[in-house]
Amino acid sequence: MQWETVIGLEIHAQLLTKSKIFSGASTAFGAEPNTQACLVDLGYPGVLPVLNREAVRMAVKFGLAIGASIAPRSVFARKNYFYPDLPKGYQISQYELPVVSKGSVEIELQDGAGSRRIGVTRAHLEEDAGKSLHEDIEGVSGIDLNRAGTPLLEIVSEPDMRSAREAVAYMKKIHSLVRYLEICDGNMQEGSFRCDANVSVRPKGEQKFGTRAELKNINSFHFVEKAIIYEVQRQIALIESGGQVAQETRLYDSKRNETRPLRSKEEANDYRYFPDPDLLPLDISEPLINEVRRSLPELPDEKKQRFMQQYELSAYDASLLTSSRELADYYESVVRTIRGEAKLCANWVMGELSAALNQDGKDLNQSPVTAMMLAGLLKRMLDNTVSGKLAKEVFLAMWAGEGDADAIIAKRGLRQITDTAAIEKIIDEILAANPRQLSDYRAGKDKLFGFFVGQAMKATQGKANPQQVNELLKRKLTG
Amino acid sequence: MHNLTLAELSRELQARRFTSEELTHAYLQRIGRFNPQLNAFITVTQDEALAAARAADARIQRGDAGPLTGVPLAHKDIFCTAGVKTSCGSKMLDNFVSPYDATVVERLKSAGMVMLGKTNMDEFAMGSSNETSFYGPVKNPWDQKRVPGGSSGGSAAAVAARLSPAATGTDTGGSIRQPAALTGLTGIKPTYGRVSRYGMIAFASSLDQAGVLTATAEDAAMLLGVMSGFDPRDSTSVDQPVPDYTAELERPLKGLRIGLPKEFFDRGLNEQVGAAVHAALDVYKKLGAQVHDISLPNFWLSVPTYYVVAPAECSSNLSRYDGVRFGHRCENPVDLLDMYTRSRGEGFGAEVKRRIMTGTYVLSAGYYDAYYLKAQKTRSLIRQDFLQAFSQVDVIMGPSTPTPAFGLGEKTDDPITMYLNDIYANGVNLAGLPGISIPMGFVDNLPVGLQIIGNYFDEARLLCVAHSYQKETDWHRRMPPGFS
Repeated sequence: MQWETVIGLEIHAQLLTKSKIFSGASTAFGAEPNTQACLVDLGYPGVLPVLNREAVRMAVKFGLAIGASIAPRSVFARKNYFYPDLPKGYQISQYELPVVSKGSVEIELQDGAGSRRIGVTRAHLEEDAGKSLHEDIEGVSGIDLNRAGTPLLEIVSEPDMRSAREAVAYMKKIHSLVRYLEICDGNMQEGSFRCDANVSVRPKGEQKFGTRAELKNINSFHFVEKAIIYEVQRQIALIESGGQVAQETRLYDSKRNETRPLRSKEEANDYRYFPDPDLLPLDISEPLINEVRRSLPELPDEKKQRFMQQYELSAYDASLLTSSRELADYYESVVRTIRGEAKLCANWVMGELSAALNQDGKDLNQSPVTAMMLAGLLKRMLDNTVSGKLAKEVFLAMWAGEGDADAIIAKRGLRQITDTAAIEKIIDEILAANPRQLSDYRAGKDKLFGFFVGQAMKATQGKANPQQVNELLKRKLTG
Repeated sequence: MHNLTLAELSRELQARRFTSEELTHAYLQRIGRFNPQLNAFITVTQDEALAAARAADARIQRGDAGPLTGVPLAHKDIFCTAGVKTSCGSKMLDNFVSPYDATVVERLKSAGMVMLGKTNMDEFAMGSSNETSFYGPVKNPWDQKRVPGGSSGGSAAAVAARLSPAATGTDTGGSIRQPAALTGLTGIKPTYGRVSRYGMIAFASSLDQAGVLTATAEDAAMLLGVMSGFDPRDSTSVDQPVPDYTAELERPLKGLRIGLPKEFFDRGLNEQVGAAVHAALDVYKKLGAQVHDISLPNFWLSVPTYYVVAPAECSSNLSRYDGVRFGHRCENPVDLLDMYTRSRGEGFGAEVKRRIMTGTYVLSAGYYDAYYLKAQKTRSLIRQDFLQAFSQVDVIMGPSTPTPAFGLGEKTDDPITMYLNDIYANGVNLAGLPGISIPMGFVDNLPVGLQIIGNYFDEARLLCVAHSYQKETDWHRRMPPGFS
C-alpha cells in the first residue's frame, strides 16, 4: 500500500527579552543554578506576575511576519499540573485566545520543485519551567529555576507537511524568521529553539487523518528528520502487521535513533485551564501593531526577491544567500564594495567561505574572514593583482589569520606578473630552451601550446597573467 | 490611652502628649494580658515594635512625621512581613518567614506606623468563624463562648478588645465586614483593584481585597488613604487617583439616595437584626437621606456562585505549597508523589482541603462548563444587578450578617450553614464593589453591623456616610465589658 505522512510541528522559541515574561529577573543563559530566579519565579506566597511588554511586541512582530491576525484581546490562562520544576503548580500560558492566529510561511521544495505554503494555526506566549537535574547530586534530584519564567513563543503549525524533509524545511524557515526578526537567538543546543512533532500516516488518497503520536523535545534539524523517518516507518510497519497506532507522547532517543512511549492518552493530565485572575486580558491596540509593523526588517522572502532582481541571481542562489540575515548582510557588504560583480561575490560566499565555515564547524559571526577582507581579495583578483587560482591560496591564508589580502600577497610574493616585457623575456627563454617542441608545434602539433603555457607558469610560480601569456605565446609561436 | 480612636491617638502623638514608645508599650502590655484568653495574635513582634516606635518618636522630634507616624497597628497574618513569620493561619506555612514586605505593609511602614504583631485568621482566609486556624480559634471579646467571625477574626478581636487601635484584614467573601459586624467594629473592603494585592497571600485572586478594621470610619479613612493606589507589581491594581478620604468625611448627606434591596430582608434574617437596620435608616432619614426600595433579582445566586469561583481559584493558588521550596515538607518522603501527598495532606486543614477538592472538581474536563463557566455567567448577572441599582441610588444598605455572633463549634460540622453567614457579603466581592460594615446596635448584648455598599471607587462616599452616622450614634464607642 502507498502511505502518506502527515506532520504538524509545535515549535518553542525562547524570546530574546532581557528579563523574564512575568518578573524582572534576567534571562541570561548559563548562570549558577537558582541565581537568576526572583521571588516571582520561585512562586513565593503573595507574589504576582506582571507582563513583560517586550515579549508582547515580539509576538506581534512574529505574527505580522507570517501574515497572521493579531488578537486585539487575548487571555492568559493557567495550565495546572504538579512538577517540582514548575514552582507555582501551574504554567501561565494562553489557551482559548492566543495572541497570534492564522498565518503561514512558504517553504522551498528541493530539486527546484517549487514551493509550498504551510499554515501556522497559532502562536501564543507562555512561560518556561525550570529544570530538574537528576544526575548531578547523588540520591536526590536538584531543581534549577533559572529558566523558570523565561518567555516562550509556542508556534503551532497546521498538519500541512507531508515528509520529514518538508518538516525540516518548515522548521528551518521558522528558525530563519525568528532570527531575522531578532526575537530568538535560535540556539538549539541551549534549548532556545526546540520542537515537538505530531506524526501520523494514512493510506494515500484517504481524507481522514491517522492516529498521531507526539514526538517530544527534538533539538536539532537533523534529529527532527531522523525522528520522523523512524516514527513513520514504525507506524507503517505496525499498521501493516495488523496493529494500531496509539495516541501517545513519545520521546526521541538520538543515541539509539528510535522513539519510545513517554505517556499515553489515558495517563494524560487534565490541565484544568482557566483564565489567570492575576493578569488582565492582553489588549493590543492598532497603533501598537502599526508601530511594530514599521519596525519590521526586510523578511527572507522579500530579500530573496530583491536579490534576484537587484543582483540578477538565480532563485537558488538568492534563497541560499538569504537563508540567514547574517549571511545576506555579509553578501551585501561584499557586493557593495565590488560593484557589478554580484555573481562572482555570490560564488565566493557560497563557495570558499561556506566550505571553510563548514569544515571548521563555525558560524558566520565567528568567521576569521570578514566581508571587508573578502571584498579586498576579490578586488585584487579583478584588478589582476592575483590570479583566480592564487586568490584561493590567499583566501586560505586569510582564514588561517595571516592578515588581509594585500599583506598576504606582498608577504608571499603572489603579485601577478603583468609586465609584457618581463613575460616576453620569459617566453623567449622557454622557446630558446625547447627548440624541438617549437619545431614540432610549427609543424602542426597544436597541442604543444599547453606545454608552453605550463612552462611559462612554472617559470613564474604561477604568477604570470595567464591571458597575457596566452596572447604573447600565440604571437611568438606563429611569428 | 487604649480607649482613644486611631485619629485621636494621632492627634495626641502630634501634640506630644505621649510618645509612640509609651503608646506601643501600653498596647504590648494589653496584648500580654488579654491575648492568652482571646488568641487574637499568632505572632507578637515586641522588640521590632519598640524599635519602630523609637524611630517614629525620632521622626516626630525631627518634625518629618505624618499623621500615622508612631501609631501602632496589627497585620493579619496573610500579609507578608519581611523577617517575620507569615503563616496564613496554616501549618503549611508555620515555618515560613517572609523575605519581603507586602505593598500594604510597606506603605503603612513608610508612613511610620508601628507593627505590634500578626493576627490570627482562618487558614488561608477560608472560614467565617476563625475556627479553621491551625493556631486555634479566636474568642469574641463580647462573649468568649462565641466566634469573632472570620476570616479576619484575629484582627477583629484584637481591635475590639483594644489590643491594637487598628488592624489590616482581607475580604474575599466578607472576611473584613462580617468579623467587624460581629465584634462591633468598622470594617471596610475597598473596590477590587483599589489596594495592591502584592504580598497578600492569595486565596481567590479575582475576589481578594485588602482593607482595615478600626473603631471608626474616620480611622479607616486615614489608613485607607495610605494603603490605596496603583502598584506596578499588581497588574489588577487600578491606576486611579486616591481621594483625600479624611477631607471628604464631612460632606453633607442631604439628598443621599439609599437603596434597600428587598432580597436582604428574607426569612434567613434575624428579626431583631432587621429592626436594627430600620432604626439605622431612621437616623439617615433624619440627616436628609431618602430610602428607596430596590431589587437585586440575582442576589440568591451569590453564595453558590461564590462557592464555585473562590474554590476554583484557590485550588490553583494553593498548588505552590508542595513542600519543594518553602513551607511544610513531610518527613522522609520515599518519592515525589509521596512528598506531595503527605506534605499537602499534613500541611492543610479540613476546610482548605474541602475547597481545593471542590475547586479542582469544578475546573475538571467535563465539569468546567457546567460549573466554572456557568459561575462566570451568574457572576456577571450579579454585577449587572448592582450596576442597575446604582443607576437609581447612591449607596445600598442592609444587614452585614443575618445574625449576631454564633457560638464556638456551633456551625463547624455544617459548612453550608457557615457559608450562609456571608450571604450579604459574597455578592459584593463577586461584583468587585466596595463595602463597609459599621456598628448599628446590639442584639442579645452582641454587636450587629450595618453594611453599606457603594459604587466602584466610591470609598470616599462610603466613609462619609459611615462617619455621618457615627457622629449621631455611639455604638462604635462601646467596648466589650472587661476590656475597657
